[in-house]
Amino acid sequence: MIRKTLAATLLAALAATQAEAVEYAQFQPERSNIAFTSKQMGVAVDGRFRKFAAALSFDPARPTAASARIDIDLGSIDAGSKDADDEVVGKQWFNIKAFPTASFVSTGVKALGGDRYEAIGKISIKGRTQDAVLPFTVKQDGQLATFDGNLTLKRLDFAIGEGPWADVSTVANEVQIKFRIVAARK
Amino acid sequence: MTPAARYTRTAIALHWLMALLLLGLFAVGLYMTGLKLSPQKLQIYSWHKWAGVSAFLLVLLRLGWRLGHRPPAPPATMPRWQQLAGEGAHHLLYLLMIVIPLSGWLMSSAKGFQTVWFGVLPLPDLLAKDKELGDLLATVHQGLSYGFAALVLAHTGAALKHHLVDRDDVLVRMLPFLKTR
Repeated sequence: MIRKTLAATLLAALAATQAEAVEYAQFQPERSNIAFTSKQMGVAVDGRFRKFAAALSFDPARPTAASARIDIDLGSIDAGSKDADDEVVGKQWFNIKAFPTASFVSTGVKALGGDRYEAIGKISIKGRTQDAVLPFTVKQDGQLATFDGNLTLKRLDFAIGEGPWADVSTVANEVQIKFRIVAARK
Repeated sequence: MTPAARYTRTAIALHWLMALLLLGLFAVGLYMTGLKLSPQKLQIYSWHKWAGVSAFLLVLLRLGWRLGHRPPAPPATMPRWQQLAGEGAHHLLYLLMIVIPLSGWLMSSAKGFQTVWFGVLPLPDLLAKDKELGDLLATVHQGLSYGFAALVLAHTGAALKHHLVDRDDVLVRMLPFLKTR
């Protein structure tokens, strides 16, 4: 009798843990970062965004049901130097007075096998929206999941750098973006 | 022992090539720092850096040549203190021609802008990005350059004084086209 009850309790407990879906949804800004590398006169220059927010949900058992929205505060840019920081918030670059944030909104996630995935969605910067595919990997470590990925954007697709800056021989069109988003289990 | 009456053709060529290059580097350096950020500014900075690396390589070549070829001796009529001052100034000029490009390279590293010679050959970044160190090295680079410019003025003045007042060979033996008197 006692044995039966114990077994039943154990079974129930087991069922409960399985039913409780693992979901990584609590964005950890302190552990996350979004960096980018541009090329100026053929020389790589590193930069990053200090402030951004991510609203996401990722269940390893159902990765294709995952969703993410990332909003970047463009005014928090570190473009490599004070000169550049002052310049890129201006009209010819991000025009942050009119367009303070850049965003990525996912519409779907594809599993590529192993820990590799692709987030499909739309990137909006400076009032322009483009389809985008963000390849990323996921690493789970206890309470945390780390999403790492990178993509190359063409800045002129979003009119980032107009007028004399549209010359891609000085500042290359391609900008490499590297992101790490960390989320905790709910 | 009779020291050569003139500098070798190679020494003369290197001297004037570097004179032009360094004058250009100094003028461009003065001009570019005041520019508002623009594609042109990025281009000019790159050119300045490429030319600076070239000047550094040229001065090494020049030093190598100088070690293998004794320059003509100063005129015997020159007072001892002037001979010493001349020698000291020449050593200081060489030292600055080495240290100034090095300080520029280190400054670029510290400011987070790698130096890539003619956009092709990357020089290693010896320093990690560090804003304060970058600003300090910028001051050093600028200060040394002003010092170099002052020394070049003294050097030019001394050469003209030799030619016009002392009426000796000192200037002419470094000229490619005038015969020694």
